[in-house]
Order: sequence, then C-alpha cells, then structure tokens
Amino acid sequence: MNFPDNLRYTKDHEWVSLNGNVATVGITDFAQSELGDIVFVEVETVGKALGHGEIFGTVEAVKTVSDLFLPVAGTITELNPALAGSPELVNTDPYGEGWMIKMTVSNPAEVEALMDAAGYKAIVG
Amino acid sequence: MKNTPFTQKHIALGAKMAPFAGYNMPISYTGINDEHATVRNNAGVFDVSHMGEFILKGENALDLIQRVTSNDASKLEAGKAQYSCLPNDNGGIVDDLLVYCIEPNKVYMLVVNASNIEKDWNWISAHNTKNVEMHNISDKTCLLAIQGPNATKILQPLTEVDILNLKYYTFVKGTFAGVENVLISATGYTGAGGVEIYFEDKDGAAEKIWDAIFAAGGPKGMKAIGLGARDTLRLEMGFCLYGNDIDDATSPLEAGLGWITKFTKDFTSKSTFEKQKAEGIKRKLVGFEMIDKGIPRSHYEIKDAEGNVLGFVTSGTQSPSLGKALGLGYVATSHANLDTEIFIAVRDKLLKAKVAKIPFV
Repeated sequence: MNFPDNLRYTKDHEWVSLNGNVATVGITDFAQSELGDIVFVEVETVGKALGHGEIFGTVEAVKTVSDLFLPVAGTITELNPALAGSPELVNTDPYGEGWMIKMTVSNPAEVEALMDAAGYKAIVG
Repeated sequence: MKNTPFTQKHIALGAKMAPFAGYNMPISYTGINDEHATVRNNAGVFDVSHMGEFILKGENALDLIQRVTSNDASKLEAGKAQYSCLPNDNGGIVDDLLVYCIEPNKVYMLVVNASNIEKDWNWISAHNTKNVEMHNISDKTCLLAIQGPNATKILQPLTEVDILNLKYYTFVKGTFAGVENVLISATGYTGAGGVEIYFEDKDGAAEKIWDAIFAAGGPKGMKAIGLGARDTLRLEMGFCLYGNDIDDATSPLEAGLGWITKFTKDFTSKSTFEKQKAEGIKRKLVGFEMIDKGIPRSHYEIKDAEGNVLGFVTSGTQSPSLGKALGLGYVATSHANLDTEIFIAVRDKLLKAKVAKIPFV
C-alpha cells in the first residue's frame, strides 16, 4: 500500500497536501481499499467555514457509506468535479485524480501537526 | 470463529475476510463491481459452505416438512427442489430455505441460512412429534455455488452427469472431479444461471473440487466471488435476504412470497395468512430505484411527498449492472404500485425515488 512521503495524514484516513494556505484533501489508499468500489462522493459544504474534525461530506461505496471529516479548520473552496462522473478515481488514483476537495486553511501550522507517512503507516499496519 | 474448508484458499487469493454468521468469510477479492460483472457475464465461484443443511428421514418426514413450511412439498418428485419458508406462530418468518426431495416421502434435505442454523433446528425439532429422523450435517457439508452464463459449460467436463441441460430447481447426484456422491443442483442466488454443489469434505474432497474447478475455469476467466457481490447480484434480482427483507416480523404475503404460501395444506400460521389474504395486506415489499442522486441503505425511512412515513428500506445498493441506485423496502400498500413516487430519507434529505419492477435486471 502506498503512502507518499510528501503528504500529511489523519487517523480518519485522509491525506492533506498543503500549498501556501490552500490544502488538497483526499482519502488514503488504505481507506479506498477498505471501502471498496466507490460510487458517489457527496460534498455540500463548499463555501462553508468548518472546524477541524467536522463532517464535510460522505463517501458511498457499493456496500457502505462513510462520513468525511475535515482534517483541519478552514473553508472548502472546491469539490473535485471529475468525481461526479467518475467516482472510481478515488479507488484508482487516491492521491492524484481522485482528490476530493480543495480548501483554504485557517492555520497552516495545523497541517504540519498532522501525522507524516511513517506515523500513519504505523496506525494502519 | 469457524473456518470453511476453503478459508486458506480465500486468504491465499488475497480476499478481504470478515466474520459472517460465526464464519470467517470472503467479502471480496478483486472488488465487488468486478466480481459482480464476472458472474453476470461469465462465471464465478462462491464458497457458501457456512450455510446449513438438515437431512429429514422416515415415513413422517414429508408430514413434518408440510407442517413447518409454507410451500407444498408434496408436489416434489425425486430430484426436485423448492423455495419455501418456515413461518412462526405470529405470522412472521423463522427463515427461508430450500427443500430438496432426495426420495419422495422418505428423504429430504433442507438448506437454511447460516445465521439461523440453530434457531431452525430447534424450531423444526420442536414440531417433530412423529419421530422423524433428523441430522444436522451443516458442519461436514461443503457448498460451492458456481454461477454465471458460462458456469455449466466450464464444469461439464468435470462430471459424467449432464449438467448442461439440468432444469432450474432440479438436481442430480454423481461423481464430480473424481469425488463421489456430489449433489449438483441447478439453483442459485444470483439469477445468472449455474449450479450449486453439495459434498462432504472427506479425504481432501474440498481441495480436490476447488482445484479442479479453477483448473477448468481459470483459463476461461472464472473467478472466486465474495459475499459482497453475492448481495448485489441477489438484490438486482429482488431475491429476499433473511434478516434484511424478511424476518420474524414480516409476513410472506407482505414480502411478495405469496407464490410459496400454499393454502391447499395445513401449516404454521396458515389461518393468519388466509386472513391477511382475504382482508388485504397493509404493507408490501417493493423494489424501487432512485431518481435523485443517493444510495438507499437498510433502515432508511421511506416517506411520501409530504414527509409522512410509508415504511423503510430493507436493502439498497448501487447496482453494478445498471449503474444506478436501487433497493427493496416495505411501503404502505397505497404506495406500492409501479412508478409511484416515494422519497428516501438519506441523512438529512428526502431523495426522490420510484417504485420499480423486480427483478431489476
């Protein structure tokens, strides 16, 4: 399983990539593998300011539905438009084409405080 | 947790395993959508050895089966099977099952859900007032379902009995992959065609059969299929799953199982069902498909346009074959007609759906 070194991770199995104060967020390779075939990503919180750990959307797989938790406080600016027609991108390319949201981060230091790849790898075994 | 004789095969294939009815079972191997398509278009192998099998023997075996099941087992000839259910005393369902007629009036096999083996055994035993010989052979019986349009073509070279022309809901016994006394049944839970094979795991029979099936089928694209795809395949057919769509509190008439409820004989709760039939049922299990985007899940409420509760979802998924979301659920009879607009409460929203015909595919 792949956990790129340049990303930060949460215990809710999300990854964050920070560029200035703009973060890109998705779910990890482990998460997509546990969920199985993803059929629908629903995010209706674009434009809303949300706190760290708040639910910002849901991901529906064939068998299960799972909430998505905002890794750090901020405002979601964009949902990946490609997911509307091709939600399976989350399975095939979780760190690339399958990204979920972009957000402006209230405090970039919060991202730095998240787990690094080694730390995340340790919790998913 | 129990294993089946195939557990190590599943793990070696990289299956995602999970506990189901006390067994360590494969949920998926390559992914539900891929496995689902493999069965619909080609052929796949399910290990369903967790299911329960009871043998009922003796001159009163048929009498016992007739009293505890809703369908009419007296119609069965040797080599025929029938779908049926065990009603409880309150007009609900103890379990749904298959009744195999091995020898009319003498020997029958009942195949029951894994999660209900003990409950069913106790229920039938409690009704066994005429000394029918009963054997629970669940632990030593293997069951593989080989399903899909190409399943029998792939398997035929492994046996001398004609399985290509085996009629739906009939079965034969024969030698399969060198193993004697294998019961080959033209049944399944997928609507894709194929057979189910029952055999005892002795002298390495399980491994011998599994390996022979994959030696024959592997080069033709046959794959192992998990319980995840088993659920999406049965749901596309509108087949009931015990514990979801039917349970101790649902009537077979409400569940659309009137066709296995035969009033020509006496059985548990018959008078309750007769009354329901005469007065009309108040709710009905229907198929529905989503119009708004969203996936229905078991226990979500079903409402009308004004937000009044009509019932609840019992099964739901994104259909891998159709690429749309669909489900089964109970609704008030007033809203059970085809194309009726209903609403599914998905989290904090009411999403539009419509009653649809089953099977969906």
